[in-house]
Amino acid sequence: MTSILLALIIGGAFGVVLDRTGAANPTLIGKMLNLTNLHLAKTILLAIGTGSVLMFGGQMLGLVDVAHMSVKSAYIGVFVGGLLLGLGWAASGFCPGTSLVGAAAGRKDAWTFIGGGLLGAAAYMATYPGSKDMGLLDKVGGGKVTLGTVPGAKYEGLTMIPGDILGIALGAVFIIVAFMLPERLMKKADVVPAE
Amino acid sequence: MTLNWKIGGLALGFVFFLAVLLVKPIGVSTQFVIFDGILWNAVDSSVVTQADDGSYTSTNAYLAKSGGKYAKNIANPLNYSFIFALAMVIGGAASAYLRGGIGTDERNMPAIWRANFGDSVIKRYAVAFAAGFVVLYGARLAGGCTSGHMMSGMMQTALSGYIFTAGAFAAAIPTAIILFRKEA
Repeated sequence: MTSILLALIIGGAFGVVLDRTGAANPTLIGKMLNLTNLHLAKTILLAIGTGSVLMFGGQMLGLVDVAHMSVKSAYIGVFVGGLLLGLGWAASGFCPGTSLVGAAAGRKDAWTFIGGGLLGAAAYMATYPGSKDMGLLDKVGGGKVTLGTVPGAKYEGLTMIPGDILGIALGAVFIIVAFMLPERLMKKADVVPAE
Repeated sequence: MTLNWKIGGLALGFVFFLAVLLVKPIGVSTQFVIFDGILWNAVDSSVVTQADDGSYTSTNAYLAKSGGKYAKNIANPLNYSFIFALAMVIGGAASAYLRGGIGTDERNMPAIWRANFGDSVIKRYAVAFAAGFVVLYGARLAGGCTSGHMMSGMMQTALSGYIFTAGAFAAAIPTAIILFRKEA
């Protein structure tokens, strides 16, 4: 029962912040990806950095259970799948999580995205043995690895650098980049204004 | 209306931290598979089966992988990850309602789409449907999405998170630059 309660609280909070940060608004996603307004990119970079510093800092202080980490495997399909996701994310402005929040806010196109998504997930279920046979799921770089070696974690490190210190350092880099990133990269002249 | 990135980024980062502090890193795209499985198993109850030792498996190789953990969640929809996705809908709906909703025009299509491709809702829905298909196929091939790989993954310094993010932006940035030439 506790886990259901936590799911409601953390999932609910995630839904609220995705709505309030504008991550579930395809216009803001589109402006970030065509490099005309990087406000949302700053939000995302700061979020990753904040999460990283708090998690690894908490681990070093013994406040965060290292066993709660869950590192996904690295394989060729991660890159190929990333390309596919990027294509659809740019075209629609939705990713799996933000489509749920967009639909909740009343966006009808988010509902059709979810319909397509359920079909796409089903298509992957049907073709999974094929991706496996093609070698798309073969591990690269050791599979489930972190960039440094995190003390007490069940995952191997790509390097011998202490993973918790590296995690805090990289978190700091994400935060600094968030502050340094300009509001826009694409010059106004490159984009035709709407009528 | 939209939170300043400094407040929004801290709030979003704190939620990702809270998840890994109390339970496990956030991920969403698996739940599309679980929902498909629930529907499929409702139509054909032979899809997910339980063995005598209590373990679950499926006639579908993907649902049976990793010791049948997807099959188990399909048989027991009241699990953390599935309820988490449903709670996102509740949180998103409440938040949008409390800030006064998004308006009729936005309900039909986002401003950036209207500025570049006009008012046809059919065209917008067709693209959103096709994009949903490609996004979830890609996310399942990658083993995660923007939440699980990009945010949770890079936050944990996972190699896979960086590989995924490189792929996602390599496709997303050129696509958006080509598609959205007019500013909303």
